Amino acid sequence: MANDANPQLAHEKQRVVRREDGVRTSSWRAFTGTLKRDLLLVFRRRSDIVNPLLFFTIAVTLFPLGISPESDFLAQIAAGVLWVAALLATLLSLDSLFQQDMADGSLEQLVISPHPLAVMVLSKVLVHWLVTGLPLTLLAPLLGVMMFLPDDGFGILFLSLLLGTPTLSLVGAIGAALTVGLRRTGVLMTLLILPLYIPVLIFGTGSVIAAVNGMAVAGHLAIMGAMFMTALVLAPLAAGAALRISLNG
Amino acid sequence: MQELLSGQGLACERDDRLLFSDLDFKLHCGDVLQIAGPNGTGKTSLLRILAGLLPDFDGELFFKGQPVADDPDHFRENLLFIGHQPGIKLNLTPEENLRWYQSLYHPADTDHIYHALAQVKLTGFEDVPCYTLSAGQHRRVALARLFLHAAPLWILDEPFTAIDQGGVKEIEQLIADHAQQGGGVILTTHHNLSLPTELNVIQLGQSHQSETEQA
Repeated sequence: MANDANPQLAHEKQRVVRREDGVRTSSWRAFTGTLKRDLLLVFRRRSDIVNPLLFFTIAVTLFPLGISPESDFLAQIAAGVLWVAALLATLLSLDSLFQQDMADGSLEQLVISPHPLAVMVLSKVLVHWLVTGLPLTLLAPLLGVMMFLPDDGFGILFLSLLLGTPTLSLVGAIGAALTVGLRRTGVLMTLLILPLYIPVLIFGTGSVIAAVNGMAVAGHLAIMGAMFMTALVLAPLAAGAALRISLNG
Repeated sequence: MQELLSGQGLACERDDRLLFSDLDFKLHCGDVLQIAGPNGTGKTSLLRILAGLLPDFDGELFFKGQPVADDPDHFRENLLFIGHQPGIKLNLTPEENLRWYQSLYHPADTDHIYHALAQVKLTGFEDVPCYTLSAGQHRRVALARLFLHAAPLWILDEPFTAIDQGGVKEIEQLIADHAQQGGGVILTTHHNLSLPTELNVIQLGQSHQSETEQA
């Protein structure tokens, strides 16, 4: 052990740190520390990343099999199917956002740390997006090929998901935080969150359909950007407050 | 001695049951305070109230004479709380677990983490996943935070759970040392504490019992 060589020194160091009470680290360090820990946890349990992606792929694949493999027909529904599947995949993955932390007590430690809870929530949401929203966004154009999505739609499909999936993660965090203290969360969270997901879905599919039909997409994207910004500012605060309520129970 | 934490008129009701009411206490620097009482009398609830995890209570808390509600972040910086759940991630190694705690409170310092783990007799277990460790060792990883974090106020919920006899003695010594250095400790335990310093006790559940007997 490195510190066995000079235990005296290590001990002195410890006492020095002990004396300055409340040496504060910046919230940025707490943010990156939590980010690193959660990414490491995901890395240790890789099946967590695969799950939503598998669901996404299977759900999209079933449409041609179940309805019709006609390329004209699939081209028409491609945008909607891809967006709905991405939304449901995100919804399914939200359960685990705070559940583990609640069960092992590290959520308590997060709440009583001297940092704004919204910053800590944002860090966890960022990890959630990195392991679900981002892979879904990257995978979507590939499945778009399978769905005969017209060429004009690919760029916008990617862009709209890039703007939309973080909004889904952020808004979903509020629902996950509100229900984390309950024994069984399943349906309640879906009911709480789904109405808030609908505008994202409407403008997401709307933008892709507009692009395919050769219409302007800037308006759709602008509204999606606005929704993302609003969620980015407000959702961590709301989720933080919800976590405090959940821990109170 | 300077006053560290005090509460006035604390009362807590859970599920229509009054756990305690009109509870006053003062914890000075150098004090060790034990919350005692049978199961279900609100020991953990009281600790959670003191740590700021249970906002749903009556009464007021003061940290160094100032209301905690005025500057909760200042209070949190000076608090080390180890709850019933140790807050340890089973898929991470002890070192990685402590690294996260360190990121919340202190600048990064790997030597310090190794030193803390050595103090709780986990040398050689620094980089094995926590799920391979025993329950007592999980508790030891959580208790390593006592060496890592310089907070003057410790709130410990059943710190001796699953710890062997030798470990209990060491932690008692640690608590005594912390008190001697001017820190304050509030803890619950069913273990008979043997501390060189004076032990203050808040007994929960008695007044409530006598009330029901009268009724």
